[in-house]
Amino acid sequence: MATLTIDGRRVEAPAGTFLLQACRQAGVSVPTLCDHPAVEPYGGCRLCVVDVTRPEWDGWRKMVVSCLYPVEDGLIVDTRSDRVIETRRVVLDLLLARSPRTPLIQRLAREYGIERTSYEPNPEPTDCILCGLCVRICDRLGHSAIGTADRGAGRVVAPPFHEPPEACVGCLACAEICPTGFIRFESGPDRRRIWNRDFEMVRCPRCGRAHVTKAQAAWYARRMGWPEAEFEVCDSCRRRDMAATTVRLGEGPTGNAAS
Amino acid sequence: MRIASRQHFEEAVAAARDRREARTRDIWVCCGTGCLANGSAAVAEAFRSRIEAEGLQTGLGVYTKTTGCHGFCQRGPLVVIQPEGILYTRVQARDVPEILEKTIGRGEVVERLLYRDPNTRTPVARYEEIPFYRHQTRIAMRNIGRLDPGDLDDALALGAYGGLVRALFEKTPEEVIEEVRKAGLRGRGGAGFSTARKWAAARKARGDRKFVLCNGDEGDPGAFKDRSILEGDPHSVLEGMIIGAYAVGAHEGYIYVRDEYPLAVVHVQKAIEDARERGLLGRDILGSGFDFDLRVSRGGGAFVCGESSALMRSIEGKVGEPRAKYIHASDRGLFDLPTVLNNVETWADVGAILTHGGEWFAAYGTAKSRGTKAFSLVGKVKNTGLIELPMGESLRRIIFDIGGGILKDRPFKAVQTGGPSGGCLPADRLDLPVDYEVLTENGSMMGSGGMIVMDDRTCMVDVARYFLKFLSEESCGKCVPCREGLRQMLHIFDDLCEGRGRPGDIERIERLARGMQLGSLCELGKSAPNPVLSTLRYFRDEYEAHIDRKACPAGICRTLTTYRIIEDPCTGCHQCTKVCPVEAIEGRPRQKHRILPEKCISCGSCYDVCPENCIEFLPRGGREEAIHGHADH
Repeated sequence: MATLTIDGRRVEAPAGTFLLQACRQAGVSVPTLCDHPAVEPYGGCRLCVVDVTRPEWDGWRKMVVSCLYPVEDGLIVDTRSDRVIETRRVVLDLLLARSPRTPLIQRLAREYGIERTSYEPNPEPTDCILCGLCVRICDRLGHSAIGTADRGAGRVVAPPFHEPPEACVGCLACAEICPTGFIRFESGPDRRRIWNRDFEMVRCPRCGRAHVTKAQAAWYARRMGWPEAEFEVCDSCRRRDMAATTVRLGEGPTGNAAS
Repeated sequence: MRIASRQHFEEAVAAARDRREARTRDIWVCCGTGCLANGSAAVAEAFRSRIEAEGLQTGLGVYTKTTGCHGFCQRGPLVVIQPEGILYTRVQARDVPEILEKTIGRGEVVERLLYRDPNTRTPVARYEEIPFYRHQTRIAMRNIGRLDPGDLDDALALGAYGGLVRALFEKTPEEVIEEVRKAGLRGRGGAGFSTARKWAAARKARGDRKFVLCNGDEGDPGAFKDRSILEGDPHSVLEGMIIGAYAVGAHEGYIYVRDEYPLAVVHVQKAIEDARERGLLGRDILGSGFDFDLRVSRGGGAFVCGESSALMRSIEGKVGEPRAKYIHASDRGLFDLPTVLNNVETWADVGAILTHGGEWFAAYGTAKSRGTKAFSLVGKVKNTGLIELPMGESLRRIIFDIGGGILKDRPFKAVQTGGPSGGCLPADRLDLPVDYEVLTENGSMMGSGGMIVMDDRTCMVDVARYFLKFLSEESCGKCVPCREGLRQMLHIFDDLCEGRGRPGDIERIERLARGMQLGSLCELGKSAPNPVLSTLRYFRDEYEAHIDRKACPAGICRTLTTYRIIEDPCTGCHQCTKVCPVEAIEGRPRQKHRILPEKCISCGSCYDVCPENCIEFLPRGGREEAIHGHADH
């Protein structure tokens, strides 16, 4: 455990965790756009910046991103210093120029007092804020079907060579984790389409719902070493089965014991 | 043959020295990239075939060899005749018979090939007497130009690997680090972190698998010192890295080289193979029991891969993007293992430090910046090229003594140091001693040692815009302040240079710059505003002119500038019509010329060539008053 001070309050945090979690546990809200518990911290959006110092630093402080700065004993954290707020404002102002029509960005910017960007609005507004969550979750799940292409202002999220990605299984994790709904897909009873690739759906043998793509079921099966049929039953039916089994087992021995 | 002991090494060195000294006449042909581009390969070949055809080698002991960069690239191809030390410049293959006949045969100098002092026009025969070389002190580049980079024995004869032998056989790893500490060596890649501290941290780091890396991803516009070292004396880098590996306890290393430096890649690979064959790399180096081997990793052309964490990602085979460095590379670097990364020039210094001792090195330079520093001197300066001199020398000495002053003797305006992360220093800073602290205090930085000299025909707003454009293309785009900040900053500068500047732009620039400095992930973004802030600090009036008067005082920003010929002194010499790219100048020979405003693109080429100085530029707004009739129809 490390003991640190966040905005004047003493806080305990488990060693090996990062400042952002410690702030949240202490009830201090810190804005972020690229952090998600399912993936490793990234440090890309720069909204979670905070000032840190230590008594022995003689007043010197440094600005760090809280999502990646490890908690340390004796650290003094200031999440609301003038320069922290100003830096977040610049970041949000810039993001609002990039994505002027994106509600999430509009809302965050408004929280920091920005109604309209002071920069040149993007002539082609986009909802993609390049937080990298989609790419990281795809990596984390083992597919690495999408990545970023190009550098600098031209950077975009894309499959390799901008072609339908071979490694994609159509799981939709990228679309679901996307905080702005930028990643589009279509999903119907027979087909699903994402990243310009079509996937055949598997219907649950119990309820008939199309809940998983064939490629996804095959990939799970290969990964787990189980038969593909295991993944054809949908989650709800599986839960229903589980509940039924639990009830049956519960009734059986209890009934016997009571008699 | 493999060298298996210290004694064996001394014997190999002695044999190499004998061989070198047996050459009564040695003709060195520079085959650095600059000279090669000017045809030095054909010159070397001409020497070789002619020497062979005439039997000069066996008869007179005349040899020729191709060397790395001599630094004086502007005058290439360069040929040096030893032992006299005569430097011939701009040599072509057709000059070879004359050189052999006169200089080798009769001991005469071919005067037309000598370097002429640009100010006095007097020819200078000897290499060492040319001011460009006379004012230099070379440590990192000690052997460049003097040896054949593909010949390990040639390097051994000049003392290569002597520092390694002292390290391996006379010192413990801790003592090696102590020697480097005594030398006061700081990172030559630009940031100036203490090399000894870096090594000590990596030595202390837990784990038995560690790495040493060489950063050869030099990508600043105008910088080529690392390139010349890798091309011209790769063994100096190898020696430094083996010593460093021994000091920190690493057994594996990588040299990361830009793939745009093909000659460097080839020479480094050859050096590694040769060193391995002779027992200087691999298992049980020189019989000392220490194992270390090196590999080359070729960069894919991203400027950001010169940033340490991005470089390591790139070697790992991942996308070369920086990551937060709250945990130092000395603890968790390449493959999350303890790693030391040093710049090419830093590594090249290490061998010399171990050979001559830390105190010897520390005797050069200033109190906090010890030793010498290599610079690529380019821009509007008479002698461009690669130089090395003690830290603390003034900018004036570099630009005017070594560089010979400004081209065409125009007024000096500024010098840009440190590349896109650095800044521009004006004339009143010319007497500053060049070291890490002084440059930083004055709004610039050491950076990778690029030095771009600018004359009065340079618009400082346009210079800042140039660097912003470069960086906006090279930012990896991972973090918002760098990616979006550069995009917006460039937008503001495009507006300034094209007459759309507005009151309040300077404040907007300053606010955005501050946000980028504080908020960006890596040094690329944090230092990206430096060219902007330093030009704003020293040339604020130029910014104001662009905004308030829509005028470019240097006459560079095309949208804001118009050119016209002052009729009176124009002699109709026709020079301007020859250079005008759009045929916008009319006039018969020996009659007054006139610029057609509707065709003129304001490139300023005519202004730069006019021998009578009869072309003037005015703010675009002034055109209507001056030549209204032509502009309108």
